[in-house]
Amino acid sequence: MSEAREYKYIGRRTIRPDGFDKVTGRANYGADLSLPGMIWGKILRSPYAHAVIKSIDSSKAEAHPDVMAVVTYQDYPAVSSGGFEPGDGPTDLCDLARNILADDKALYHGHAIAAIAARTEAAAEEALSLIDIDYEVLPPVMDVADAMQPGSPVLHEDLFTKGLAEQPEKASNIATRMELKKGDIEAGFAAAEVIIERDFYTPTVHQGYIEPHATTVRYDEDGQSMIWCSTQGHFDVRASTAKLLSMDLGKLKVIASEIGGGFGGKTTVYLEPVALMLSKKSGRPVKMVMTRDEVFRASGPGSATRSTVKIGAKKDGTITAMQAKLCFEAGAFKGSPMGPGCMTVFTPYDVENIYIEGYDVVVNKPKVAAYRAPGAPQAEFAAEMVINELADELNIDPIELRLQNAAKEGTQTVYGPKLKAVGLVECLEAAKNSPHYKQALAENQGRGLAAGFWFNIGGQSSVIINMNPDGTGTIVEGNPDIGGSRASMQLMAAEELGIDVSKLNPIVADTEHVPYSATTGGSRTTFATGMAVIEAAQDVVRQMKERAAAVWNVTVEQVDWSDGVAINTAGEDRLTAAEICQGADRTGGQISGRGNINARGAGPSFAVHLCDVEVDMETGKTAVVRYTAIQDAGKAIHPGYVEGQYQGGAVQGIGWALNEEYIYNEDGVMENAGFLDYRIPLASDLPMIDTIIVEVPNAFHPFGVRGVGETGIVPPLAAVATAVSDAIGVRMTNLPCSPPRVLKAIQDTA
Amino acid sequence: MANVIFSSELQRLTGEEHTCVIATNYRDLVAELLNRYEKLTEDEILNMAVSIDGEIIHDPLLEAVSPESEVHFLFRISGG
Repeated sequence: MSEAREYKYIGRRTIRPDGFDKVTGRANYGADLSLPGMIWGKILRSPYAHAVIKSIDSSKAEAHPDVMAVVTYQDYPAVSSGGFEPGDGPTDLCDLARNILADDKALYHGHAIAAIAARTEAAAEEALSLIDIDYEVLPPVMDVADAMQPGSPVLHEDLFTKGLAEQPEKASNIATRMELKKGDIEAGFAAAEVIIERDFYTPTVHQGYIEPHATTVRYDEDGQSMIWCSTQGHFDVRASTAKLLSMDLGKLKVIASEIGGGFGGKTTVYLEPVALMLSKKSGRPVKMVMTRDEVFRASGPGSATRSTVKIGAKKDGTITAMQAKLCFEAGAFKGSPMGPGCMTVFTPYDVENIYIEGYDVVVNKPKVAAYRAPGAPQAEFAAEMVINELADELNIDPIELRLQNAAKEGTQTVYGPKLKAVGLVECLEAAKNSPHYKQALAENQGRGLAAGFWFNIGGQSSVIINMNPDGTGTIVEGNPDIGGSRASMQLMAAEELGIDVSKLNPIVADTEHVPYSATTGGSRTTFATGMAVIEAAQDVVRQMKERAAAVWNVTVEQVDWSDGVAINTAGEDRLTAAEICQGADRTGGQISGRGNINARGAGPSFAVHLCDVEVDMETGKTAVVRYTAIQDAGKAIHPGYVEGQYQGGAVQGIGWALNEEYIYNEDGVMENAGFLDYRIPLASDLPMIDTIIVEVPNAFHPFGVRGVGETGIVPPLAAVATAVSDAIGVRMTNLPCSPPRVLKAIQDTA
Repeated sequence: MANVIFSSELQRLTGEEHTCVIATNYRDLVAELLNRYEKLTEDEILNMAVSIDGEIIHDPLLEAVSPESEVHFLFRISGG
């Protein structure tokens, strides 16, 4: 990072460029595009959580006068098992194919079996009932603990546990075992004077994005096919869909619509490859929109987990050993966020002796997807609960206990590198000094505190800044805006160019009009795409100076750039950006800057949350009465949207802690697939979420930026559960702390 | 020589907690590791991110490695 500097635009709370369209309903979302001749696609889903598909007979559906295409798994080119990388990480192509349409087994209730395209939505829906499927129903495996038992029904006969010392001979539901260690765990516990060990459970939860998955596609046999969809990463949609349909990337254009929430849930494909195959077979554009029920049953939720955490400490508060066993449900196909769970679980602590084992386990639920800081909320919930109990046991203030053991610059992480400058201590100090922490609690109220960590990532981003003849500029980026990133790009470009934000228009381009940009996720966009913006802006400034130098007949070195004006240091001449752009046709043509980068050096972000709750002792209902989210942003480019990320993460975490869970019956059927019964927090449920932005600059970013979108969901689970525990006098180790569970805990104690 | 520290997962394949390698960039370092450890495969390495002196890199190839460098291979992280 450059030396401390005064910013003209960075740190301002500008109005978001997409705001007016969104509040007036003018913005176009996934379901908003219709094309001439368009027909509708619908999916037939499995009524069973686990079943062999013995046969599919679609002849009656195909004979329906309005049906124009029927698609099953068999319509796709054969794929072989193995990794491919549509975007941020490796994906098993075979699993991806079998998730969008089942092959020979239905692996969860709601698993897509066949798809129909018909002239109307109603006809497509009606024709689904004409498809005859012969199932052999199998017992479902619905819990990670059951799935790990020897003798449990096996979901995949070709799944053998990775990570064992010896190659297993029998198939298993355990896809991977992972181990991380540091120091000598036995010696660490031997040195401890207090040891606490607890078991924890977190349920399957959904990201709860308001906009369902939706797409409109048009297959073009000779030219370029098109997909319009709601996604966090349209380049990844292109890669996955092209791979599944065996198409050249250049034959497929993907346009990202505005997005009504994603939080990680829109980082993979469900409808797009199905709709495109229906379009290919029917010769017509096809539109598909999931119902809310389908979103719950058949998109990717966050993993349920069962964990055991054991921590030992000396009586003075020095933690001597930390141990965890983390079992993550992957859903129907391998690939839970167990890895990051293991890597994050104890990272807020500088402790010599650590041992972690993790398990990635398949069960008969939908394949999990990313959900904000994937794996970290579940893992760190367990660790933070034990830390809070340890503080009580040692009679040490929980902030002081954390300060005493806090990770800081130079701390050796269990997953590898030493931390660079990080802001955990600063967050803890801010919490200690906050008005919230000094506020007295009333009757039936309790307080909880927790820390949280997320790595943040970099990756590939591309930006083009096209300067117009009037000196305005268009910032062309490739990252769907899920959290106000257009405003951040505008501010960073303005800072580098010295041109007012009102003259810079950020747009999210399709896959043909901007080079590759990795998915919006992992808190990478303001960091990585921001670096591409800076690079593109610097490219524009370089060209501006060259043009001015040419006009003045001086060398480029004799030209300075300040506040959007070129200055001839060899004379009195000045040329504004607008004047240079206006004459660009005579000095070499269009001025256009490019930034194509693979960003490294993402700065981790730590957070500390404080939560006060009040529990109704007669009903078990919990109300959050005060909440403060404190987090290190490195440098807040747009403080308003940084605060929004903190508040959004806190609210989703509060929902996870208090109410949200997939409720399954004994047949593996989800019983609460709608927002009436799957209760996410509403604005009316919550107090204002107070925020404190801590700024410890990330040395690897020109402005010091750290990603902020993920970490905020990590602390709430333990902060809220600890507050509830404090209020009722019973430790809540299983989430959610819903009224029936809290009431039972109160009654059991009484 | 750069100090390469192996995760528990990689230790199963290398039999060592760490090793020292003479290399000037990541590609040469990996080539030396593959040459040195029979059980270590290119797939295994390429599916991992690397941390060189604390900077995590997802798609490394020609990144500079110095004799004082500390190198860790780690699970690749994406996000939500």
